[in-house]
Amino acid sequence: MFWVTAAVFVIVSAFVLAAVFQRRSAPAREEVLNVCVTLGVAATVVTLFVLLVASIWTGRAVASLGASSAVTINLTGRQWWWDAEYEDGTPSRRFHTANELHIPVGRPVVLKVTSVDVIHSFWVPNLHGKRDLIPGYTTAIWLQADTPGVYRGQCAEFCGLQHARMALYVTAESNDAFEQWRTNQIKEAVQPSTDDARRGRDVFLRATCTQCHTIRGTIAGAAMGPDLTHLATRGTIGAGTLPNTRGHLAGWVLDAQSAKPGNQMPPNAIPSGDMQVLLTYLEGLK
Amino acid sequence: MRTELVVAAALLVAVAGCKRERRTFRESPPASMASDVAVSDLHPGGGSPPERSINPYEQNAWALNEGKWLFSAYNCSGCHANGGGGMGPALIDDEWSYGHEADQIYRTILEGRPNGMPAWRGKIPDQQIWQLAAYVRSMSGLAPKDAAPSRSDHMSANPPENATPRLTPKNAGTPPAAVQ
Repeated sequence: MFWVTAAVFVIVSAFVLAAVFQRRSAPAREEVLNVCVTLGVAATVVTLFVLLVASIWTGRAVASLGASSAVTINLTGRQWWWDAEYEDGTPSRRFHTANELHIPVGRPVVLKVTSVDVIHSFWVPNLHGKRDLIPGYTTAIWLQADTPGVYRGQCAEFCGLQHARMALYVTAESNDAFEQWRTNQIKEAVQPSTDDARRGRDVFLRATCTQCHTIRGTIAGAAMGPDLTHLATRGTIGAGTLPNTRGHLAGWVLDAQSAKPGNQMPPNAIPSGDMQVLLTYLEGLK
Repeated sequence: MRTELVVAAALLVAVAGCKRERRTFRESPPASMASDVAVSDLHPGGGSPPERSINPYEQNAWALNEGKWLFSAYNCSGCHANGGGGMGPALIDDEWSYGHEADQIYRTILEGRPNGMPAWRGKIPDQQIWQLAAYVRSMSGLAPKDAAPSRSDHMSANPPENATPRLTPKNAGTPPAAVQ
């Protein structure tokens, strides 16, 4: 695309320069003028017809993308993270996750994007151009990944203090790997199997966490913060702010304001004993 | 000419006195909880009544807006219905069952009150309770007009908080739910 536009730019520039530097000569003869006009009209008509055929071609290609096999994701921008809901015809197979998308390679993906606070913009440069997330309005975009990989996305519309730390990771993987991931995400959270993890769960449910977060399978069901049901499967916390390790998680729970000032996670003074078992529980949420 | 100079100098002095409202993200609660919050004006045994804790969030536009956001995020409207009252008492009127002072409201949210108000101790962080308390006061015009929220994001039946007339608080006596 770059080289095509570069070539067009060079050609146009050459004509402009030629016109600028060429001296005005004697008035052209009638025959020469006629030939020029005919050539110009012919070139335009041919180009338009080529574009018309190309447009039909593109339309057919888009129509045959296979809408029935598409994966539909409702992506909601928030200050400053992404809430993703994978749609499914069966309500029990819908689920929420945050800040990380998984998509199958070679299958079309429909993203229905919207926002609940200010205007954000979905931008994963390797997969799609920018598309704004408008509060109160849902926009549908189609994309398809042809090469497996992890693609980094970023909010591309200034949305407040932590606009820069509003990243989104898209993992494109084989259809089997994707279905396996989806099957796991649909499940409720793993029941803690050790005493420590059980105590950690109780700390979670007793503390302020349940005011904003959901862990499916427990009584925690609030939707103000990211869904934590499968937190341990995610690579980052705070929308790409920190890697998802035990240490960073502890820092985030205690004082998220130092890593991402202004976000909605309040400081939580959890005693160290409780914190250790809480981390054990959170790390077990595979 | 002399007058203009004097006016300009006075303006300069005034500008120098201006302080931009600071926004801090990590802060200790504005007032540590006094154990004796007076709910009524009666003080057995005489003596001076306990001092009121001041809520500096009431002067702070950002904190008041946070309070407004938390009010809907924590579903206070589930019972208080945007302040109009439903299962819980109305908050936009001038009647207060358990006191209209900032520390009394703080106490109401923290400890709960009989006949329905749950205790949020340990569930809502202290700063957020103070922010909520500040916002609740702004709903009946008790917060300064220049700091109170000016406009809702969504359609609202009430005028914005900074256009709410300042009501004189009065004691409502027994909460409605307690009346048999």
